[in-house]
Amino acid sequence: MNNKITRNLYLLPYAIWIVLFVIAPLLLVLYYSFFDIEGHFSLVNYKNFFTPVYLKMTFSSFWYAFLITLISFIISYPTAYLLTKTKHKQLWLLLIIVPSWINLLLKAYAFLGIFGTKGIANSFLEAIGVGSKQILFTDFSFIFVSVYIFIPFMILPIFNSLNEMNPILLDAANDLGASKWTTFRRVIFPLTIDGVKSGCQVVFIPALSLFMLTRLIAGNRVITLGTAIEQHFLVTRDWGMGSTIAVFLIIIMFLIMSVTGNRKRGV
Amino acid sequence: MSRIFLVLIFLILYAPIFFLVFYSFNSGGTMYGFKGFTLDWYKELFQDSRLLIIVLNTLVIALLSSLFATIIGIFGALGIHSMKKRQTKNTLLSLNNVLIVSPDVIIGASFLILFTMAGVKLGMFSVLLSHIAFSIPIVVLMVLPKLSEMSPTLIDAARDLGASRWNVLTKVVLPYITPGIFAGFFMALTYSLDDFAVTFFVTGNGFTTLSVEIYSLARRGISLNVNALSTLLFLFTLVLVVVYYFISQRNKPNGWGVKK
Repeated sequence: MNNKITRNLYLLPYAIWIVLFVIAPLLLVLYYSFFDIEGHFSLVNYKNFFTPVYLKMTFSSFWYAFLITLISFIISYPTAYLLTKTKHKQLWLLLIIVPSWINLLLKAYAFLGIFGTKGIANSFLEAIGVGSKQILFTDFSFIFVSVYIFIPFMILPIFNSLNEMNPILLDAANDLGASKWTTFRRVIFPLTIDGVKSGCQVVFIPALSLFMLTRLIAGNRVITLGTAIEQHFLVTRDWGMGSTIAVFLIIIMFLIMSVTGNRKRGV
Repeated sequence: MSRIFLVLIFLILYAPIFFLVFYSFNSGGTMYGFKGFTLDWYKELFQDSRLLIIVLNTLVIALLSSLFATIIGIFGALGIHSMKKRQTKNTLLSLNNVLIVSPDVIIGASFLILFTMAGVKLGMFSVLLSHIAFSIPIVVLMVLPKLSEMSPTLIDAARDLGASRWNVLTKVVLPYITPGIFAGFFMALTYSLDDFAVTFFVTGNGFTTLSVEIYSLARRGISLNVNALSTLLFLFTLVLVVVYYFISQRNKPNGWGVKK
Protein backbone atom coordinates (compact mmCIF):
# COMPACT_ATOMS: atom_id res chain seq x y z
CA MET A 1 0.00 0.00 0.00
CA ASN A 2 2.70 2.40 1.11
CA ASN A 3 4.68 1.42 -1.93
CA LYS A 4 1.82 2.38 -4.20
CA ILE A 5 1.47 5.82 -2.66
CA THR A 6 5.13 6.69 -3.09
CA ARG A 7 5.04 5.41 -6.59
CA ASN A 8 2.09 7.60 -7.42
CA LEU A 9 3.80 10.58 -5.84
CA TYR A 10 6.80 10.01 -8.06
CA LEU A 11 4.57 9.88 -11.03
CA LEU A 12 2.33 12.86 -10.32
CA PRO A 13 4.38 15.70 -11.91
CA TYR A 14 5.36 13.38 -14.71
CA ALA A 15 1.77 12.29 -15.30
CA ILE A 16 0.63 15.91 -15.39
CA TRP A 17 3.31 16.55 -18.00
CA ILE A 18 2.15 13.61 -20.14
CA VAL A 19 -1.48 14.73 -20.04
CA LEU A 20 -0.80 18.44 -20.62
CA PHE A 21 2.10 18.37 -23.05
CA VAL A 22 1.84 15.05 -24.87
CA ILE A 23 -1.79 14.00 -25.07
CA ALA A 24 -3.54 17.40 -24.96
CA PRO A 25 -1.47 18.99 -27.80
CA LEU A 26 -2.12 16.04 -30.11
CA LEU A 27 -5.85 16.11 -29.38
CA LEU A 28 -5.95 19.88 -29.82
CA VAL A 29 -4.31 19.62 -33.24
CA LEU A 30 -6.89 17.02 -34.23
CA TYR A 31 -9.72 19.17 -32.83
CA TYR A 32 -8.57 22.32 -34.63
CA SER A 33 -8.28 20.50 -37.93
CA PHE A 34 -12.09 20.41 -38.04
CA PHE A 35 -12.51 24.18 -38.01
CA ASP A 36 -12.40 26.43 -41.04
CA ILE A 37 -10.76 29.85 -41.01
CA GLU A 38 -13.93 31.53 -39.69
CA GLY A 39 -14.09 29.12 -36.78
CA HIS A 40 -17.01 27.03 -38.00
CA PHE A 41 -16.95 23.28 -37.61
CA SER A 42 -16.42 21.73 -41.02
CA LEU A 43 -14.49 19.18 -43.01
CA VAL A 44 -13.42 21.75 -45.56
CA ASN A 45 -9.74 21.51 -44.54
CA TYR A 46 -9.67 17.81 -45.27
CA LYS A 47 -11.41 18.44 -48.57
CA ASN A 48 -8.82 21.11 -49.37
CA PHE A 49 -5.97 18.83 -48.48
CA PHE A 50 -7.00 16.47 -51.26
CA THR A 51 -6.93 19.19 -53.90
CA PRO A 52 -4.02 19.21 -56.38
CA VAL A 53 -2.35 22.18 -54.64
CA TYR A 54 -1.80 20.37 -51.37
CA LEU A 55 -1.25 16.94 -52.87
CA LYS A 56 1.44 18.37 -55.10
CA MET A 57 3.03 20.06 -52.11
CA THR A 58 2.93 16.83 -50.09
CA PHE A 59 4.46 14.97 -53.01
CA SER A 60 7.27 17.47 -53.52
CA SER A 61 7.91 17.56 -49.77
CA PHE A 62 8.30 13.79 -49.87
CA TRP A 63 10.51 13.95 -52.91
CA TYR A 64 12.90 16.42 -51.29
CA ALA A 65 12.96 14.47 -48.02
CA PHE A 66 13.66 11.30 -50.00
CA LEU A 67 16.52 12.91 -51.92
CA ILE A 68 18.00 14.39 -48.76
CA THR A 69 17.81 11.03 -46.97
CA LEU A 70 19.26 9.13 -49.93
CA ILE A 71 22.21 11.50 -50.44
CA SER A 72 22.90 11.61 -46.70
CA PHE A 73 22.93 7.81 -46.65
CA ILE A 74 25.28 7.55 -49.65
CA ILE A 75 27.73 9.89 -47.95
CA SER A 76 27.30 8.62 -44.40
CA TYR A 77 27.65 4.87 -44.84
CA PRO A 78 31.21 4.90 -46.19
CA THR A 79 32.13 7.63 -43.73
CA ALA A 80 30.86 5.59 -40.79
CA TYR A 81 32.59 2.50 -42.16
CA LEU A 82 35.93 4.28 -42.56
CA LEU A 83 35.56 5.80 -39.11
CA THR A 84 35.31 2.37 -37.50
CA LYS A 85 38.62 1.50 -39.20
CA THR A 86 40.54 4.43 -37.71
CA LYS A 87 42.59 4.43 -34.56
CA HIS A 88 40.94 6.52 -31.79
CA LYS A 89 37.61 6.05 -33.52
CA GLN A 90 35.59 7.48 -30.62
CA LEU A 91 37.54 10.71 -30.88
CA TRP A 92 36.98 10.96 -34.64
CA LEU A 93 33.31 10.26 -34.14
CA LEU A 94 33.18 13.04 -31.58
CA LEU A 95 34.73 15.39 -34.14
CA ILE A 96 32.01 14.42 -36.63
CA ILE A 97 29.35 15.14 -34.00
CA VAL A 98 30.69 18.53 -32.89
CA PRO A 99 29.37 20.48 -35.92
CA SER A 100 25.89 19.14 -35.21
CA TRP A 101 26.02 20.92 -31.87
CA ILE A 102 26.58 24.28 -33.51
CA ASN A 103 23.34 26.21 -33.77
CA LEU A 104 21.48 25.21 -36.92
CA LEU A 105 20.67 28.80 -37.83
CA LEU A 106 24.32 29.77 -37.74
CA LYS A 107 25.23 27.01 -40.16
CA ALA A 108 22.45 28.09 -42.48
CA TYR A 109 23.66 31.67 -42.17
CA ALA A 110 27.19 30.60 -43.13
CA PHE A 111 25.85 29.20 -46.38
CA LEU A 112 24.32 32.56 -47.21
CA GLY A 113 27.89 33.83 -47.43
CA ILE A 114 29.31 30.76 -49.15
CA PHE A 115 26.62 30.44 -51.82
CA GLY A 116 26.00 34.17 -52.26
CA THR A 117 26.41 35.87 -55.64
CA LYS A 118 29.94 36.99 -54.79
CA GLY A 119 30.53 34.14 -52.36
CA ILE A 120 33.39 31.71 -52.23
CA ALA A 121 31.54 29.02 -54.22
CA ASN A 122 31.05 31.39 -57.13
CA SER A 123 34.67 32.58 -56.98
CA PHE A 124 35.66 28.96 -57.26
CA LEU A 125 33.32 28.38 -60.21
CA GLU A 126 34.79 31.41 -61.94
CA ALA A 127 38.33 30.29 -61.24
CA ILE A 128 37.75 26.91 -62.90
CA GLY A 129 36.11 28.63 -65.83
CA VAL A 130 32.47 27.65 -65.29
CA GLY A 131 31.51 31.20 -64.48
CA SER A 132 29.32 32.74 -61.84
CA LYS A 133 25.98 31.04 -61.21
CA GLN A 134 22.91 31.65 -59.09
CA ILE A 135 23.43 29.09 -56.33
CA LEU A 136 21.51 30.50 -53.41
CA PHE A 137 17.72 30.12 -53.56
CA THR A 138 17.82 27.04 -55.76
CA ASP A 139 16.87 23.41 -55.18
CA PHE A 140 20.56 22.57 -55.23
CA SER A 141 21.43 24.86 -52.32
CA PHE A 142 18.44 23.62 -50.33
CA ILE A 143 19.39 19.97 -50.74
CA PHE A 144 23.08 20.65 -50.18
CA VAL A 145 22.56 22.53 -46.92
CA SER A 146 19.99 20.01 -45.68
CA VAL A 147 22.32 17.10 -46.38
CA TYR A 148 25.14 19.03 -44.70
CA ILE A 149 23.01 19.45 -41.59
CA PHE A 150 21.75 15.86 -41.44
CA ILE A 151 24.96 13.93 -42.17
CA PRO A 152 26.10 13.64 -38.52
CA PHE A 153 22.70 12.27 -37.49
CA MET A 154 22.93 9.61 -40.18
CA ILE A 155 26.56 8.71 -39.42
CA LEU A 156 26.01 8.18 -35.71
CA PRO A 157 23.53 5.25 -35.73
CA ILE A 158 25.33 3.59 -38.67
CA PHE A 159 28.65 3.95 -36.85
CA ASN A 160 27.13 2.41 -33.72
CA SER A 161 25.75 -0.61 -35.54
CA LEU A 162 29.00 -1.14 -37.46
CA ASN A 163 30.89 -0.85 -34.23
CA GLU A 164 28.73 -3.44 -32.49
CA MET A 165 29.32 -5.96 -35.25
CA ASN A 166 31.46 -8.93 -34.32
CA PRO A 167 34.66 -8.86 -36.44
CA ILE A 168 34.89 -12.66 -36.28
CA LEU A 169 31.98 -12.80 -38.74
CA LEU A 170 34.11 -11.01 -41.32
CA ASP A 171 36.95 -13.45 -40.81
CA ALA A 172 34.48 -16.30 -41.16
CA ALA A 173 33.12 -14.87 -44.41
CA ASN A 174 36.66 -14.44 -45.65
CA ASP A 175 37.60 -18.01 -44.71
CA LEU A 176 34.56 -19.30 -46.53
CA GLY A 177 35.84 -17.60 -49.66
CA ALA A 178 33.51 -14.62 -49.90
CA SER A 179 34.78 -11.69 -51.90
CA LYS A 180 34.84 -8.25 -50.30
CA TRP A 181 31.68 -7.23 -52.13
CA THR A 182 29.86 -10.43 -51.16
CA THR A 183 30.91 -9.99 -47.55
CA PHE A 184 29.54 -6.49 -47.59
CA ARG A 185 26.28 -7.44 -49.32
CA ARG A 186 25.60 -10.66 -47.40
CA VAL A 187 27.14 -9.99 -43.98
CA ILE A 188 27.96 -6.37 -43.15
CA PHE A 189 24.96 -4.61 -44.64
CA PRO A 190 22.27 -6.97 -43.25
CA LEU A 191 23.85 -6.73 -39.81
CA THR A 192 23.84 -2.94 -39.85
CA ILE A 193 20.38 -2.50 -41.37
CA ASP A 194 18.97 -1.38 -38.00
CA GLY A 195 21.45 1.48 -37.85
CA VAL A 196 20.58 2.45 -41.41
CA LYS A 197 16.88 2.39 -40.56
CA SER A 198 17.21 4.61 -37.53
CA GLY A 199 19.50 6.88 -39.51
CA CYS A 200 16.86 7.26 -42.21
CA GLN A 201 14.24 7.85 -39.54
CA VAL A 202 16.14 10.69 -37.91
CA VAL A 203 16.73 12.33 -41.27
CA PHE A 204 13.51 11.74 -43.19
CA ILE A 205 11.01 13.00 -40.61
CA PRO A 206 12.81 16.28 -39.84
CA ALA A 207 13.46 16.76 -43.57
CA LEU A 208 9.69 16.79 -44.15
CA SER A 209 9.27 19.56 -41.66
CA LEU A 210 12.23 21.91 -42.11
CA PHE A 211 10.95 25.41 -42.53
CA MET A 212 13.77 27.78 -41.69
CA LEU A 213 15.98 26.37 -44.43
CA THR A 214 13.27 26.72 -47.05
CA ARG A 215 13.00 30.38 -46.09
CA LEU A 216 16.70 31.20 -45.74
CA ILE A 217 18.38 28.97 -48.31
CA ALA A 218 15.67 28.02 -50.78
CA GLY A 219 14.16 31.50 -50.85
CA ASN A 220 10.61 30.13 -50.51
CA ARG A 221 10.98 28.19 -53.76
CA VAL A 222 10.69 24.90 -51.94
CA ILE A 223 7.61 24.36 -49.78
CA THR A 224 7.72 21.43 -47.39
CA LEU A 225 4.91 20.29 -45.13
CA GLY A 226 6.70 22.07 -42.29
CA THR A 227 6.82 25.35 -44.21
CA ALA A 228 3.11 25.04 -44.95
CA ILE A 229 2.28 24.46 -41.28
CA GLU A 230 4.38 27.44 -40.22
CA GLN A 231 2.77 29.57 -42.92
CA HIS A 232 -0.75 28.66 -41.84
CA PHE A 233 -0.10 29.13 -38.15
CA LEU A 234 1.99 32.27 -38.09
CA VAL A 235 1.32 34.11 -41.35
CA THR A 236 -2.20 33.46 -42.62
CA ARG A 237 -3.49 32.47 -39.16
CA ASP A 238 -5.54 29.65 -40.64
CA TRP A 239 -4.95 27.29 -37.72
CA GLY A 240 -7.51 24.81 -39.01
CA MET A 241 -5.70 24.15 -42.27
CA GLY A 242 -2.34 24.17 -40.47
CA SER A 243 -3.65 21.57 -38.04
CA THR A 244 -4.97 19.43 -40.87
CA ILE A 245 -1.53 19.35 -42.49
CA ALA A 246 -0.06 18.60 -39.05
CA VAL A 247 -2.49 15.67 -38.66
CA PHE A 248 -1.26 14.22 -41.95
CA LEU A 249 2.35 14.80 -40.96
CA ILE A 250 1.73 12.94 -37.68
CA ILE A 251 0.10 10.04 -39.54
CA ILE A 252 3.05 9.92 -41.97
CA MET A 253 5.42 9.99 -39.02
CA PHE A 254 3.75 6.98 -37.40
CA LEU A 255 3.78 5.13 -40.72
CA ILE A 256 7.50 5.75 -41.15
CA MET A 257 8.17 4.70 -37.58
CA SER A 258 6.36 1.42 -38.09
CA VAL A 259 8.12 0.77 -41.40
CA THR A 260 11.59 1.51 -40.09
CA GLY A 261 11.05 -0.34 -36.84
CA ASN A 262 10.13 1.37 -33.64
CA ARG A 263 13.59 1.87 -32.29
CA LYS A 264 14.63 5.46 -32.18
CA ARG A 265 18.07 5.63 -30.67
CA GLY A 266 19.00 9.07 -31.91
CA VAL A 267 18.98 10.60 -28.46
CA MET B 1 42.02 6.79 -50.95
CA SER B 2 39.82 6.19 -47.92
CA ARG B 3 41.88 8.74 -45.98
CA ILE B 4 41.15 11.37 -48.61
CA PHE B 5 37.44 10.65 -48.40
CA LEU B 6 37.41 11.08 -44.60
CA VAL B 7 39.49 14.24 -44.76
CA LEU B 8 37.08 15.62 -47.36
CA ILE B 9 34.08 14.91 -45.13
CA PHE B 10 35.77 16.63 -42.19
CA LEU B 11 36.66 19.59 -44.39
CA ILE B 12 33.08 19.96 -45.58
CA LEU B 13 31.67 19.62 -42.08
CA TYR B 14 33.94 22.27 -40.63
CA ALA B 15 34.28 24.61 -43.60
CA PRO B 16 31.13 26.71 -42.94
CA ILE B 17 32.07 27.13 -39.29
CA PHE B 18 35.60 28.27 -39.99
CA PHE B 19 34.26 30.41 -42.79
CA LEU B 20 32.11 32.27 -40.25
CA VAL B 21 34.96 32.58 -37.79
CA PHE B 22 37.37 33.83 -40.47
CA TYR B 23 35.09 36.59 -41.73
CA SER B 24 34.25 37.74 -38.22
CA PHE B 25 37.68 39.43 -38.38
CA ASN B 26 37.07 41.07 -41.76
CA SER B 27 37.17 44.84 -41.71
CA GLY B 28 35.41 44.82 -45.08
CA GLY B 29 31.97 44.18 -43.67
CA THR B 30 30.96 41.38 -46.05
CA MET B 31 31.54 37.63 -46.27
CA TYR B 32 33.70 37.96 -49.39
CA GLY B 33 36.97 39.71 -50.07
CA PHE B 34 38.95 39.82 -46.86
CA LYS B 35 40.08 43.47 -46.46
CA GLY B 36 41.99 43.38 -43.20
CA PHE B 37 41.99 42.18 -39.65
CA THR B 38 39.73 43.90 -37.15
CA LEU B 39 38.03 43.23 -33.83
CA ASP B 40 35.38 45.87 -34.47
CA TRP B 41 32.57 43.35 -34.85
CA TYR B 42 33.32 41.92 -31.44
CA LYS B 43 33.38 45.41 -29.96
CA GLU B 44 30.06 46.17 -31.58
CA LEU B 45 28.69 42.89 -30.30
CA PHE B 46 29.59 43.69 -26.72
CA GLN B 47 28.10 47.14 -26.98
CA ASP B 48 24.81 45.81 -28.32
CA SER B 49 22.88 45.63 -25.06
CA ARG B 50 19.77 44.28 -26.76
CA LEU B 51 21.71 41.28 -28.04
CA LEU B 52 23.38 40.75 -24.67
CA ILE B 53 19.96 40.64 -23.02
CA ILE B 54 18.87 38.05 -25.58
CA VAL B 55 21.96 35.94 -24.79
CA LEU B 56 21.13 36.23 -21.12
CA ASN B 57 17.49 35.25 -21.75
CA THR B 58 18.63 32.21 -23.71
CA LEU B 59 20.95 31.10 -20.92
CA VAL B 60 18.35 31.66 -18.20
CA ILE B 61 15.72 29.70 -20.14
CA ALA B 62 18.21 26.89 -20.81
CA LEU B 63 19.33 26.57 -17.20
CA LEU B 64 15.89 26.88 -15.64
CA SER B 65 14.17 24.56 -18.11
CA SER B 66 16.87 21.87 -17.77
CA LEU B 67 16.69 22.11 -14.00
CA PHE B 68 12.91 21.61 -13.89
CA ALA B 69 13.00 19.01 -16.64
CA THR B 70 15.68 17.08 -14.76
CA ILE B 71 13.66 17.02 -11.54
CA ILE B 72 10.42 15.95 -13.22
CA GLY B 73 12.33 13.56 -15.48
CA ILE B 74 13.98 11.79 -12.54
CA PHE B 75 10.58 11.22 -10.97
CA GLY B 76 9.22 10.04 -14.28
CA ALA B 77 12.07 7.58 -14.71
CA LEU B 78 11.63 6.31 -11.14
CA GLY B 79 7.91 5.91 -11.78
CA ILE B 80 8.36 4.09 -15.08
CA HIS B 81 11.06 1.91 -13.54
CA SER B 82 8.84 0.87 -10.63
CA MET B 83 6.01 -0.20 -12.98
CA LYS B 84 5.46 -3.92 -12.65
CA LYS B 85 3.21 -4.50 -15.63
CA ARG B 86 5.06 -4.66 -18.92
CA GLN B 87 2.25 -3.15 -20.88
CA THR B 88 1.88 -0.08 -18.65
CA LYS B 89 5.60 0.43 -18.85
CA ASN B 90 5.62 0.26 -22.63
CA THR B 91 2.65 2.62 -22.93
CA LEU B 92 4.36 5.15 -20.67
CA LEU B 93 7.58 4.81 -22.65
CA SER B 94 5.87 5.40 -25.98
CA LEU B 95 4.08 8.46 -24.58
CA ASN B 96 7.44 9.61 -23.28
CA ASN B 97 8.95 9.35 -26.76
CA VAL B 98 6.21 11.20 -28.64
CA LEU B 99 7.87 14.60 -28.20
CA ILE B 100 11.26 13.22 -29.18
CA VAL B 101 10.15 11.83 -32.51
CA SER B 102 7.69 14.59 -33.37
CA PRO B 103 8.95 17.22 -35.80
CA ASP B 104 9.63 20.55 -34.11
CA VAL B 105 7.02 22.28 -36.23
CA ILE B 106 4.28 20.07 -34.82
CA ILE B 107 5.46 20.52 -31.24
CA GLY B 108 5.57 24.28 -31.78
CA ALA B 109 2.17 24.51 -33.45
CA SER B 110 0.42 22.27 -30.94
CA PHE B 111 1.93 24.12 -27.98
CA LEU B 112 0.82 27.38 -29.55
CA ILE B 113 -2.76 26.07 -29.62
CA LEU B 114 -2.39 24.77 -26.06
CA PHE B 115 -1.13 28.06 -24.64
CA THR B 116 -3.74 30.08 -26.50
CA MET B 117 -6.55 27.81 -25.28
CA ALA B 118 -5.23 27.86 -21.71
CA GLY B 119 -4.88 31.63 -21.79
CA VAL B 120 -1.11 31.61 -21.18
CA LYS B 121 0.40 34.84 -22.45
CA LEU B 122 3.06 34.21 -25.09
CA GLY B 123 6.46 35.29 -23.89
CA MET B 124 9.14 34.14 -21.50
CA PHE B 125 6.80 31.93 -19.51
CA SER B 126 5.40 30.05 -22.49
CA VAL B 127 8.92 29.55 -23.88
CA LEU B 128 10.11 28.25 -20.50
CA LEU B 129 7.17 25.86 -20.23
CA SER B 130 7.74 24.48 -23.73
CA HIS B 131 11.44 23.99 -23.13
CA ILE B 132 10.71 22.11 -19.91
CA ALA B 133 8.13 20.05 -21.77
CA PHE B 134 10.38 18.93 -24.61
CA SER B 135 13.36 18.31 -22.32
CA ILE B 136 11.62 15.96 -19.87
CA PRO B 137 11.59 12.87 -22.13
CA ILE B 138 15.33 13.26 -22.82
CA VAL B 139 16.11 13.23 -19.10
CA VAL B 140 13.92 10.15 -18.64
CA LEU B 141 15.76 8.35 -21.44
CA MET B 142 19.14 9.19 -19.95
CA VAL B 143 18.18 8.15 -16.41
CA LEU B 144 16.26 4.93 -17.17
CA PRO B 145 19.26 2.82 -18.30
CA LYS B 146 21.09 3.71 -15.08
CA LEU B 147 18.07 2.60 -13.05
CA SER B 148 17.78 -0.72 -14.81
CA GLU B 149 21.51 -1.24 -14.41
CA MET B 150 21.12 -0.92 -10.64
CA SER B 151 20.80 -4.23 -8.84
CA PRO B 152 17.54 -4.52 -6.84
CA THR B 153 19.46 -6.29 -4.06
CA LEU B 154 21.11 -2.95 -3.34
CA ILE B 155 17.76 -1.51 -2.29
CA ASP B 156 16.83 -4.67 -0.35
CA ALA B 157 20.11 -4.46 1.55
CA ALA B 158 19.53 -0.81 2.42
CA ARG B 159 16.03 -1.60 3.65
CA ASP B 160 17.26 -4.56 5.71
CA LEU B 161 19.72 -2.23 7.35
CA GLY B 162 16.78 -0.09 8.37
CA ALA B 163 16.87 2.72 5.83
CA SER B 164 13.62 4.57 5.33
CA ARG B 165 12.09 4.99 1.90
CA TRP B 166 13.43 8.53 1.71
CA ASN B 167 16.89 7.38 2.78
CA VAL B 168 16.89 4.67 0.16
CA LEU B 169 16.08 7.27 -2.47
CA THR B 170 18.57 9.94 -1.42
CA LYS B 171 21.41 7.77 -0.12
CA VAL B 172 21.29 4.82 -2.49
CA VAL B 173 19.29 5.38 -5.66
CA LEU B 174 20.11 9.00 -6.50
CA PRO B 175 23.88 8.67 -6.02
CA TYR B 176 23.82 5.56 -8.17
CA ILE B 177 22.03 7.27 -11.07
CA THR B 178 23.91 10.60 -10.78
CA PRO B 179 25.88 10.15 -14.04
CA GLY B 180 22.60 9.59 -15.88
CA ILE B 181 21.10 12.66 -14.23
CA PHE B 182 24.06 14.82 -15.28
CA ALA B 183 23.93 13.50 -18.82
CA GLY B 184 20.19 14.20 -18.92
CA PHE B 185 20.61 17.72 -17.57
CA PHE B 186 23.34 18.38 -20.07
CA MET B 187 21.37 17.11 -23.02
CA ALA B 188 18.37 19.17 -21.92
CA LEU B 189 20.65 22.20 -21.78
CA THR B 190 21.89 21.73 -25.32
CA TYR B 191 18.38 21.03 -26.63
CA SER B 192 17.17 24.24 -25.07
CA LEU B 193 20.11 26.34 -26.31
CA ASP B 194 19.68 24.98 -29.81
CA ASP B 195 15.95 25.09 -30.16
CA PHE B 196 14.59 27.32 -32.84
CA ALA B 197 11.34 25.97 -34.25
CA VAL B 198 9.40 25.44 -31.02
CA THR B 199 10.48 28.78 -29.56
CA PHE B 200 9.62 30.52 -32.82
CA PHE B 201 6.01 29.39 -32.43
CA VAL B 202 5.45 30.07 -28.75
CA THR B 203 7.36 33.32 -28.28
CA GLY B 204 5.53 36.60 -28.17
CA ASN B 205 6.62 39.98 -29.45
CA GLY B 206 8.65 41.07 -26.45
CA PHE B 207 10.75 37.97 -25.90
CA THR B 208 13.39 36.36 -28.13
CA THR B 209 16.04 33.72 -27.79
CA LEU B 210 19.30 33.62 -29.67
CA SER B 211 18.16 31.17 -32.35
CA VAL B 212 15.08 33.21 -33.17
CA GLU B 213 17.15 36.39 -33.23
CA ILE B 214 19.75 34.87 -35.56
CA TYR B 215 16.92 33.76 -37.85
CA SER B 216 15.54 37.26 -38.13
CA LEU B 217 19.03 38.75 -38.55
CA ALA B 218 19.86 36.22 -41.26
CA ARG B 219 16.64 36.99 -43.10
CA ARG B 220 17.70 40.62 -43.24
CA GLY B 221 21.01 39.66 -44.82
CA ILE B 222 24.63 39.36 -43.82
CA SER B 223 25.99 41.30 -40.88
CA LEU B 224 29.37 40.43 -39.46
CA ASN B 225 28.10 40.87 -35.90
CA VAL B 226 26.48 37.50 -36.42
CA ASN B 227 29.87 36.08 -37.42
CA ALA B 228 31.45 37.40 -34.25
CA LEU B 229 28.56 35.99 -32.27
CA SER B 230 28.91 32.59 -33.91
CA THR B 231 32.64 32.51 -33.20
CA LEU B 232 31.92 33.01 -29.52
CA LEU B 233 29.13 30.42 -29.64
CA PHE B 234 31.44 27.96 -31.36
CA LEU B 235 34.00 28.34 -28.57
CA PHE B 236 31.24 27.98 -26.01
CA THR B 237 30.00 24.81 -27.73
CA LEU B 238 33.51 23.38 -27.68
CA VAL B 239 33.69 23.97 -23.94
CA LEU B 240 30.32 22.24 -23.50
CA VAL B 241 31.48 19.30 -25.63
CA VAL B 242 34.61 18.88 -23.53
CA VAL B 243 32.55 19.00 -20.32
CA TYR B 244 30.10 16.48 -21.73
CA TYR B 245 32.98 14.29 -22.88
CA PHE B 246 34.30 14.07 -19.34
CA ILE B 247 30.86 13.38 -17.90
CA SER B 248 30.25 10.62 -20.40
CA GLN B 249 33.71 9.15 -19.90
CA ARG B 250 32.68 8.58 -16.29
CA ASN B 251 29.26 7.48 -17.38
CA LYS B 252 30.09 5.28 -20.39
CA PRO B 253 26.76 5.68 -22.15
CA ASN B 254 25.64 3.61 -25.09
CA GLY B 255 26.51 6.05 -27.83
CA TRP B 256 26.95 9.74 -28.27
CA GLY B 257 24.10 12.07 -27.75
CA VAL B 258 22.82 13.88 -30.77
CA LYS B 259 19.89 16.14 -31.12
CA LYS B 260 17.12 15.34 -33.54
